[in-house]
Amino acid sequence: MAELILRRVLVAIPTIIIVSMLVFALQKLLPGDPALLIAGEERDPKVVEFIREKYHLNDPVPVQYGYWVMNVLTGDFGISLRTDTPVTTLVAQKLPVTIQLAVMAMIIALLVGVPAGILSAVRKGTVTDYVANVVALSGLSIPNFWLGILLIFLVSVQLGWLPASGYVPPSEDLWLSIETMLMPAFVLGTALAATLMRHTRSAMIGILRSDYIRTARAKGLRQNKVVYKHALRNALVPIVTLMTLLFGELLGGAVLTEQIFTIPGFGKLVVDAVFTRDYQVVQGIVLCTAIGFIVMNLFADILYILINPRLRGA
Amino acid sequence: MTETAAARAGKVAPRTDADAPARPETVKIPEIGPTDEPLPEKRHRAVGKFLANRAAIVGGVVVAVFVLLAVFAPLIAPYDPLQTSFLAIRKAPSLAHFFGTDELGRDIFSRMAYGARASLLAGVVSVAIAAVIGVPFGLFAGFFGGWVDMVVSRVADAMLSIPFLILAIALAAFLGPTLTNAMIAIGISQTPIFARLARAQTLAVKAEDYVEGAEAIGLPNRWIVARYVFPNVLPPLIVQATLTIATAIIAEASLSFLGLGQQPPDPSWGSMLNTAKNFMGQAPWMSIFPGAAIFLLVLGFNLLGDGLRDALDPRES
Repeated sequence: MAELILRRVLVAIPTIIIVSMLVFALQKLLPGDPALLIAGEERDPKVVEFIREKYHLNDPVPVQYGYWVMNVLTGDFGISLRTDTPVTTLVAQKLPVTIQLAVMAMIIALLVGVPAGILSAVRKGTVTDYVANVVALSGLSIPNFWLGILLIFLVSVQLGWLPASGYVPPSEDLWLSIETMLMPAFVLGTALAATLMRHTRSAMIGILRSDYIRTARAKGLRQNKVVYKHALRNALVPIVTLMTLLFGELLGGAVLTEQIFTIPGFGKLVVDAVFTRDYQVVQGIVLCTAIGFIVMNLFADILYILINPRLRGA
Repeated sequence: MTETAAARAGKVAPRTDADAPARPETVKIPEIGPTDEPLPEKRHRAVGKFLANRAAIVGGVVVAVFVLLAVFAPLIAPYDPLQTSFLAIRKAPSLAHFFGTDELGRDIFSRMAYGARASLLAGVVSVAIAAVIGVPFGLFAGFFGGWVDMVVSRVADAMLSIPFLILAIALAAFLGPTLTNAMIAIGISQTPIFARLARAQTLAVKAEDYVEGAEAIGLPNRWIVARYVFPNVLPPLIVQATLTIATAIIAEASLSFLGLGQQPPDPSWGSMLNTAKNFMGQAPWMSIFPGAAIFLLVLGFNLLGDGLRDALDPRES
């Protein structure tokens, strides 16, 4: 088992190295001279030359990459040209907001998607199943920024039930914080709920057909007990794995959701950085996200190895 | 992939629900044996299954309608999509303007017809980019294994560790905001999906007897990959491509919505929504129609993809 975990950790290292190369390569996509870009209005050749030296732009590309990696390893992911703040500080400030949004979205998705999937599987082929499938496919197809616009109009402008935008930290007013985040979390969670529903359904259909479920029924267990105690437990294993994979998708979706609801999170940071041409921030954010995602998956896999009795002896 | 035709037929046979799991001896095995069954037969069955799937047909029709709209936009659109009119600013839908007009008095229906071009083009072109780059890498990685496989798999892992939309946004930002760059950005971001799928399918096909046979009679590897492996990994790739077009269309709309795709005044559904959101209270039709178009087109591709999957891959249902 230790060997299995070690091997899994060793696979993550080249992946992180390649991610860093890809992220570094991003800046090479920029058209024009990067030194002029950083210099902005300043056209003094001395200044431009100074910038070139400072950012090692005169060195060969692999050497530039080396300098960049050294900085990253010491925790320097770059500095925002606009606000003069280190990227790590910016990310640390905005990340909790997005995590709150993502966690709430995930809770909503779980509360909707999993029960709908179970119901659909148990009543396979009925009208309930059909309706659930149509709703799920629609949830996958609806652009979340459009859903957001429609909901703001309906729920906030017309009905006045929930605030249309903004953010309240939970430390300030927990209830108000949840209330403001409810609609964005719903919008962000829609596609996730649909994905969870479809996976729960197909996992449950497969399991409900298996031998041990037949045995459970044969010994006279009630439907509820068969479904929830015997089938669901096994169906949930792949779903938990799926959720860690979908967390990245949530971060991507958060970009648009935060834009629509003007939530000052991670996604808003990305968009603002893109618009102010704050390329170091964009790079830093992409790198942080990727490393976070790799580490999270690593933990999920290790956890899986630890809890799976079949792998315990390996 | 390793399933025999008999096993496939077994799965296709009508199945009663959970209470009666298909026991091998009760499954009716059709007369067609696995060896003497010509390929066209199988194809017929797939086509038949697809045509019997009403949802998939609906999806196909929706996609076809949008394709026609995009192709014949100049004939269908009643107005010039860029023509502003200060006499018709934010007019509600009427007979003169089916979907109303926008904040500059442009006809929304005409803009949407032309916008369909941007969406469909972005969907198809970016997936083509992803498949053309990703599939060969996946085929070679799966077929040759070794260090080729190592490199391809790690690069794919690395790319997949960056959330799809964030990678697309970053690429589009660095490349510069145009529709072409948005398509490239989305295509590159989707490449690892195809590389991975092609690799996994190739690994499965490689174990088949006919590939071993081809190797045994000394056919060159190039030939084996092109003639024996590729055609057999194609069906799942087609399914994936259809579903990925749906994602690509949403991604293009998202990039345009953020201002990283099609630039104004050229119409795209995403950028139309971006301006429309500011007028939601006064002119809801500006948001409703372009958003509904994205939703319907994406739904169409998703229905089509699901239907193709059911028809081409009997294991899922």
